[in-house]
Amino acid sequence: MKFIALAAAAVFVAGTASAQQLAPSATLDAIKARGHIECGVHLGLPGFSFANDKGEWTGLDVDYCKSLAAAVLGDATKVKFTPTSVQQRWAVLQSSQVDLLSRNTTITFSRNATLGVNFQGINFYEGQTFVVRTKAKVAGVKDLADATICVAAGSTEEKMAADWFRERNLKVTIINFQKNDDAISAYDQGRCDAYTAGVGALAGQRIKFKDPAEHQILTEIISNDPQGPVTRWGDERWQLVVRWVLNAQIAAEALGVTSKNVDEMKAKSTNAEVRRLLGVDGKFGAMMGLSDDWAYNLIKQVGNYGESYERTVGMGSPLKLQRGANALWTKGGLLFTPPFQ
Amino acid sequence: MNALLLKFRDRKVRDIFWQVLASLALVAVVAFFVKNASDNMVKAGIASGFNFLWRDSGIEVPFNLTGYKPSDTIWALLWTGIVNTILVSVASVFLATVVGFSVGLMRLSHNWLLSTLAAVYIEFVRNIPLLFFVLFWYFGVLAALPTPKESFDFLGIIFLNRRGLSIPTPNDVSGFHLALLAILVLIVAQIALARWARARQARTGQDFPVWAAGFVLCGALPLLALVAAGAATSWDQPILRGFNYRGGFVLVPEFVALFMALSTYTAGFIAEVVRGGIQSVRQGQIDAARALGLTQGRVIRLVVIPQAMPVIIPPITSQYLNLVKNSSFGAAIAYPEIVAVFMGSALVATGQAIEIIAITLGIYLTIGLAVSVFMNWYNARHKLVTR
Repeated sequence: MKFIALAAAAVFVAGTASAQQLAPSATLDAIKARGHIECGVHLGLPGFSFANDKGEWTGLDVDYCKSLAAAVLGDATKVKFTPTSVQQRWAVLQSSQVDLLSRNTTITFSRNATLGVNFQGINFYEGQTFVVRTKAKVAGVKDLADATICVAAGSTEEKMAADWFRERNLKVTIINFQKNDDAISAYDQGRCDAYTAGVGALAGQRIKFKDPAEHQILTEIISNDPQGPVTRWGDERWQLVVRWVLNAQIAAEALGVTSKNVDEMKAKSTNAEVRRLLGVDGKFGAMMGLSDDWAYNLIKQVGNYGESYERTVGMGSPLKLQRGANALWTKGGLLFTPPFQ
Repeated sequence: MNALLLKFRDRKVRDIFWQVLASLALVAVVAFFVKNASDNMVKAGIASGFNFLWRDSGIEVPFNLTGYKPSDTIWALLWTGIVNTILVSVASVFLATVVGFSVGLMRLSHNWLLSTLAAVYIEFVRNIPLLFFVLFWYFGVLAALPTPKESFDFLGIIFLNRRGLSIPTPNDVSGFHLALLAILVLIVAQIALARWARARQARTGQDFPVWAAGFVLCGALPLLALVAAGAATSWDQPILRGFNYRGGFVLVPEFVALFMALSTYTAGFIAEVVRGGIQSVRQGQIDAARALGLTQGRVIRLVVIPQAMPVIIPPITSQYLNLVKNSSFGAAIAYPEIVAVFMGSALVATGQAIEIIAITLGIYLTIGLAVSVFMNWYNARHKLVTR
């Protein structure tokens, strides 16, 4: 009897002491079995998630999902994109049709508390503003008193605009459309004096107007809309992967690792954090149940955060957005990442 | 025991037993699904229950007749949506019936131009998707209207532009309550007059111009009462301030577009139903009515339509039901009906999809059943009494 207890204890100790046991992850197992990631994106927002004329998805949010595929499966092309509307996005995520949402979605308290979703970090700091006709001579948001404003129903912008004008005792009429595109075309048709959305979204959507030069985006910002990838509750290990892939994108920029110099850095860098990030030391990939070159793959195939930003919404894109709040904290922005230790 | 078995041999008892069993099974299945869904939602961290109806909505509704404000509850928002759905449905049912009957009669006309026009209209409407129709009317209406600064202006009190039709509203409505009362009295008087006229005609055979009298009683006099009430109060007059006209009541273009789309679309189907109903009346009936010397209008009104009605009403009921359901297309053009405000804005704001969809379902079901009950009652009342 004593012997059996002793043997059981020995087996238990040996079990915990041997190679670290990974928590089960249904999502990661499913992704590896099916060979691709299911990523919920926006219906069509230039710069963030937009199918180009060849039918390829491009944009900052799309790049994030590609990085995730490179980290998990070793191949950035192994992503299937599911366009989701403002209304369907939560149901699509909750019902496991997608593994995550990466679609320009604002992090809010009530969403986090009541929808069974977790926000895994911030990949774009957005602020809400308005687009108006240049000839309307609007200098600030206050000049929009008595105006009619088109907005997508159920967006954070809808509530934010209503609250902002009500607080200031200004009367406006807000018209709620089911889809962003319907609101934009109604504004373009003259149904509204202004259309409201985030700065980044507006910069992209402005391209859709009949004559973009006739419209101006106000510089005044009325809200703070941090956005990032969203997962369901449960499956902590999957949430861990989603969170640290985003951190790796940002850390790579901070550490000066780019898609061009990543091979050289991997071979020669003496920086301890770079060596851990790229899987030379530390075996960080294995701790998450991924290969140790997970971060190397995503940097090599998609690039670091800065490269992705410039290509999709920054100076290398038609949107021409400054880095602003989306620069690294060392360069006056808000982006930073916890250390890879 | 034996007595129980004997009772079970009774056909009636047996039927009741099986029906009760089937109902219980159904209830159990529904209860299982509800329980299962709510357990899973709790597990996934999704809020459930109906408490969200009493949360502040914070959602703006640009067109409402209920006095709703964004600081009200989601329940008030839902009620606003219901009222807007009923409003556009009732208005459209009315116009669709009028247009549908006219087009249906035109279709049967011996005048080639009239019947061809009606045929083209019907085929056009029946072969185009409703969403296209709604968007066509919406963007058509918007494109045809001027900007607020260049508004069409009627006597300097009513203004029409892309933001809608601005109409002055009275500041004090007590005068109108009196006028409304006067109109009610006049309607009762008209009904009494019609009864008297019918009785007199039966007695003496003399005709009385009920409709001409009715025009004065129910048309001119109420108008006078309204004008008198209007003169007695001050008005909230729309004025151009900044971007838009402020003050008064604004009939939004979304309503007009949806109303026109629903009524012209449904009218096409009603026209075919009417044509079918009229063609089901035997030619001999019409010939007989003509032989009696009735005018063409009376042949239709007194002989054809009453016999066609029992054939027309059941299919027309389903057209009305379709129309009510189709009002949900308003969501596509931002008309704030139930689907737009409740299944759109409120659903995203609260995320409680299952509850919200169940409530919306219940509301459409209730409205639909109410329409059916009314139409069945009407049909029963107008059934042909054959002697």
